[in-house]
Amino acid sequence: MATGDFDVHYVAHLARLKLCPEEERQISDQMGDILGYIEKLKEVDVSGVEPTAHPFPLVNVTRPDVSRPSLPHEDALRNAPQKAGGLFTVPKIVE
Amino acid sequence: MLNQLSISELTAKLAKREVSAREATQACLNQIQAHDGELHAFLSHDVSDALAQAEAADQALAAGTRHEQQPLLGVPIAIKDVIAVKGQPLTCGSRILGNFNSPYDATVTTKLRAAGAVLVGRCNTDEFAMGSSTENSAFGRSCNPWDTTRVPGGSSGGSAVAVAAQMIPGALGSDTGGSIRQPAAFCGCVGLKPTYGRVSRFGLVAYASSLDQIGTFTRSTRDAAVLLHAIAGHDAQDSTSVPQGVPDYAAALDGDLKGLKIGLAKEYLLGGLDAEVKRAVETAVQQLTRLGAEVVEVSLPHTEYAVATYYIIATAEASANLARFDGIRYGARVSGADPIELYANTRGVGFGPEVKRRIILGTYVLSSGYYDAYYLRGQKVRTLIRQDFLKAFQTVDAIVTPTTPSVAFKAGEKSGDPLQMYLQDIYTISCNLAGIPGISIPCGFSANPKLPIGLQFLGKPFGEATLLQVAHAYEQATPWHRERPAQV
Repeated sequence: MATGDFDVHYVAHLARLKLCPEEERQISDQMGDILGYIEKLKEVDVSGVEPTAHPFPLVNVTRPDVSRPSLPHEDALRNAPQKAGGLFTVPKIVE
Repeated sequence: MLNQLSISELTAKLAKREVSAREATQACLNQIQAHDGELHAFLSHDVSDALAQAEAADQALAAGTRHEQQPLLGVPIAIKDVIAVKGQPLTCGSRILGNFNSPYDATVTTKLRAAGAVLVGRCNTDEFAMGSSTENSAFGRSCNPWDTTRVPGGSSGGSAVAVAAQMIPGALGSDTGGSIRQPAAFCGCVGLKPTYGRVSRFGLVAYASSLDQIGTFTRSTRDAAVLLHAIAGHDAQDSTSVPQGVPDYAAALDGDLKGLKIGLAKEYLLGGLDAEVKRAVETAVQQLTRLGAEVVEVSLPHTEYAVATYYIIATAEASANLARFDGIRYGARVSGADPIELYANTRGVGFGPEVKRRIILGTYVLSSGYYDAYYLRGQKVRTLIRQDFLKAFQTVDAIVTPTTPSVAFKAGEKSGDPLQMYLQDIYTISCNLAGIPGISIPCGFSANPKLPIGLQFLGKPFGEATLLQVAHAYEQATPWHRERPAQV
């Protein structure tokens, strides 16, 4: 759990989050404190302990496979920042 | 003043036709009008829509509909602005949602409507429910009605202020690490976080999906029982909601405490706990003994690791959940040369500092090379924390603790130091990791300034009825829940 190799620029890229240099500097400083605190967990003996993903794991939750009304098209597009022809508009992906 | 009535008092008057739903709703709207400029409990409210709902409730009452059929008929309720209300704005306290308007109702909203509630408005929150003070709201903080220079707690601070400042008799919030119980403690109201899976999360904007749970703010435990009953139950739209019947919580309130065993968690009374809070909790414990409960010491040995575990698991889940806010399908958009740049630009402008910090931390703990050391280890410690509780509940029916280490702090006091802010949640956070229910009720006041102190009860999974019973017995024997802030 080394914290010295925390590269905020790289992690921000993974998160698709543009940070200004001042934000990068501030988050790096604060992350040192926070990761330092989280180091506490190294003290705990977790050998043989199963991880918990959910407090009450319900398995094989299914529902009847029947069609039902979905969100109307215009409602799904209501909050789109840009739309045209009943579709979401995005920047060109393929030349 | 109709806005000061509890839910139970109001429904009794509505049933006898002594007051109308319109009058009660108007009284709440007047109180909002008079005080929300200063307190900022609400992010939006729709006066004409609320009055139209109230008039519909009055018509139903006139036509003979009874509260046995619709338990909240004509009762004004507010909702934290992370829960969808069809046709109304939904901001999550963030700029990234732009002018988002909910295209559907959350399941709890549907249930409130079915119970006859009048949905008045949407309450302020830390951005995406990430915070302990509402200072992370992009639209400005809410103020504590007991002292406006202090925070109301968070993240559901707006809901707590609305209830404590007599703007509304009941409100919904969400609780991921204490976001209902801590503001309830700071504002002097009753805050209930149900068992994970007790209430559907469909239509609740996800922060940390394995920890989030919707719950209630009220001025009494009886009202908490009524409001929980209205929103609880299995929902096919939420695969983590548990298919288990909903008991009649209000009917379970009046049993006495003889024969009940309540655990006092020794790890919760150690250093860092304010002396006045400690004294109030110790006095409350004596009161519980006088009421017939047997109080015994219990140990939850992994308590000191709860905050660290939470900030791994919650941020990891948040980094995945908040990936959906990318400027494509809804909300604000900042353009870019290609989709990746558009995502990064939109998120860089749209998210505030705390959300960015948690996304970065969550992304890091899940990233290649660090997953085992942080996330997997966090999940294993979570197992140990949950086992601590299940072991304690083999010998006790509930656990009593302080809700917070101190009374409400000053605005700006902790906002520059994220770790200090995180440590505010030290007594509330384990409950979410274990998935168990918890309630905070008023148990006294600090002397100078006079600020509320919260007492927390933690219960067995699906043990809400016992929690409410214990809280109710304490409440009946003490005056604290009847106190109101002087200015309102």
